[in-house]
Amino acid sequence: MTEHHQHHIKLPEGSIEKQTTTLNMGPTHPATHGVFQNIMELDGERIVSAEQTVGYIHRAFEKLAERRPLNQVTPITDRLNYCSSPINNMGWHLTCEKLLGVQTPKRVDYLRIIIMELARIADHLICNSIMGVDTGAYTGFMYIMQYRELIYEIYEEVCGSRLTTNIGRIGGFERDFSNTAFTKLEKFLKEYPAALRELENLFTRNRIFMDRTIGAGPISAERALNYGFTGPNLRAAGVDYDVRVHTPYSSYEDFDFKVPVGTTGDSYDRFLVRNGEMWESLSIINQAYQKVQGFKGTDADVYHADVPEYYLPKKEDVYTKMEALIWHFKIVMGEVEMPKGEVYSAVEGGNGELGFYLISDGGRTPFRLHFRRPSFIYYQAYSELVVGGMLSDAIVVMSSLNLIAGELDA
Amino acid sequence: MALTNEHVQQRLSEKFGTIVSNFEEPYGMLSFEVEKDQNLKVLQFLHDEADLGFQFLTDLCAVNYPDQVGRELAVVYHLHSLKDNLRIRFKVFAPVAQPDVFTATKLYSAANWMERETYDFFGVNFVGHPNLKRILNVDEMDYFPLRKEFPLEDQTRIDKDDQMFGRG
Amino acid sequence: MSRPVRFNITPIEANISDAVSVAEAPDGYAGEGFFTTKLSDVVGLARKNSLWPLPFATSCCGIEFMATMASHYDLARFGAERVGFSPRQCDLLMVMGTISKKMGPVLRQVYLQMAEPRWVISVGACACSGGIFDTYSVLQGIDQVIPVDVYVPGCPPRPEAILDGFMKVQELVGQESIRRRNSDQYKALMNSYGIE
Repeated sequence: MTEHHQHHIKLPEGSIEKQTTTLNMGPTHPATHGVFQNIMELDGERIVSAEQTVGYIHRAFEKLAERRPLNQVTPITDRLNYCSSPINNMGWHLTCEKLLGVQTPKRVDYLRIIIMELARIADHLICNSIMGVDTGAYTGFMYIMQYRELIYEIYEEVCGSRLTTNIGRIGGFERDFSNTAFTKLEKFLKEYPAALRELENLFTRNRIFMDRTIGAGPISAERALNYGFTGPNLRAAGVDYDVRVHTPYSSYEDFDFKVPVGTTGDSYDRFLVRNGEMWESLSIINQAYQKVQGFKGTDADVYHADVPEYYLPKKEDVYTKMEALIWHFKIVMGEVEMPKGEVYSAVEGGNGELGFYLISDGGRTPFRLHFRRPSFIYYQAYSELVVGGMLSDAIVVMSSLNLIAGELDA
Repeated sequence: MALTNEHVQQRLSEKFGTIVSNFEEPYGMLSFEVEKDQNLKVLQFLHDEADLGFQFLTDLCAVNYPDQVGRELAVVYHLHSLKDNLRIRFKVFAPVAQPDVFTATKLYSAANWMERETYDFFGVNFVGHPNLKRILNVDEMDYFPLRKEFPLEDQTRIDKDDQMFGRG
Repeated sequence: MSRPVRFNITPIEANISDAVSVAEAPDGYAGEGFFTTKLSDVVGLARKNSLWPLPFATSCCGIEFMATMASHYDLARFGAERVGFSPRQCDLLMVMGTISKKMGPVLRQVYLQMAEPRWVISVGACACSGGIFDTYSVLQGIDQVIPVDVYVPGCPPRPEAILDGFMKVQELVGQESIRRRNSDQYKALMNSYGIE
């Protein structure tokens, strides 16, 4: 046994030879959801310091938006938080409508809410199931992706695309929801609660999952507010700030829903808050669907606001009526009068307050468009969350924060 | 008593006089201008006063106005008072020849990366920032891309023909 | 106006004969207890049905890849069951998503670390040509830095399109000559990218 101890180098306590290992959790890593880098100094398994580098997928959205008229900016907002693109699209349309002074009818608002809450469910599903994958439990992810396919099918019915949806237009939607879309929505509403309950049973009181996530990366409410956290991460720390309640947009004030709030702000609380939000989203979708079905007569056919300056007219009218032809030409060529002004508008995205700061100088493209991206802002706090903990906790914290690389770098 | 734009404007004018100016309310949000070197004092005042309580920095970005000589770069702060649910915006103008603005990092940790992004895109030098380097672009880049004088596309690319895109 | 609903509202009962397919044996001469064929055919058949992909997922196409790996579109039935993140152990580099100029050297390093034989599939418009991001910070196509075998267009491509691209890679793998990696043409290709 003494031979063993001869090979083991024992450094005297407080010696300067005590060194740390530099670990580069580089841009390509199975645990990072997207490309960002962490350079960590490790003392064994404990993290002594962490430094983040981002920008590996910087696509210059803000400069790109200065080249495109308002309705051409929607496809690039898709690519911000691509797990829940409809919320980004709707946020952009709401910003444009605020700038242009467009009032949307109630049916449009309720349909928008259905789509946004479906997107929120899709986003939280990815986050929670990938948290399971990162702690070693692959089953939850495999089973629940089936239900994300149902959500994708609903998007496909409405706008034609699965992931980067470019859904909606300024003033409403490009076409009315067909009966197939509503049938698929009903199928989803019938089948999904059982699946969500199964996912909860797999993780919420699972001994191993709880041991991995409780105490991993806690943050107090004061530090979280100082860091500019919003969304589920802030609510897990105990602050009930939700943009849908504070500044209701798109008729959210007509709906009755709770906002789940945690206590310690660690990874387990974030998981539970997202889980709770999925149940609330389901309840909102049910209420919205009832309201949509309650419209009768001509109200039941409304799917966009009456704004001929910004909304393309129907093709039959373009080919037969003169004004429609002129409007079509003006809108496509970008010759419509844009008001001058600056507006800031925010929506509750999957990760928090997604803000759009739009300055228009009357030209056909925005003068300046800035996205207030929640992932970018709360990723700064990552080093504070993981320093002092173990390396495996750092992985769990990263996936519980729901960092989406597209939103981080924009 | 709910906080209103008028109350905020009144408190600011009383305390700072001519340092704050140009009060406007585009689309309902109070928006004003502050002299370049006084931005930290205004931020601290808005943070500490009990009846104002703007303790959440929503956003920090910059805008390049190439036509306003001597005031080309504007740093825009969006603040939010969560208790009273009021948002305000203020701007600080700096000349492009010497774009030095004091950093807000000591007051709001959220400003750290937001200022680095603003430096990366516009070249605004935040005095006192702990780590002012480029964050989103490659470190070797030697110009500030979001300024209006620089183009969007990479001029050295060979596979896309600018003539075909109408940009020849 | 509604169109007749065709899929996923009333699922079709599965039939076992649809589920099992038999791979064709390569051309060769068979006799009692022996079978002769070209070595490249056998090696190609083995390799193409057990490719180990390295998902280099950067952005939105990565989420469609996750949907392809999931049970609905199942990439595993093509043999790509084991996705690995270590370049030393993988055959197929699947680049999915936008590659920016900051990421280019990282991608090149990952490619260089892969052992021969290696193939590259570029999924999505951004990886093929820069996509909608014709900007100063985005690499206009990964073939600026590494040689690519199959391009899958789309923004993002549907999982069926990714599977189609994967099947094309399988064709390439199955028909590859044993001497390809030592040929002058291949060496010239590698030299044009600055790879030894």
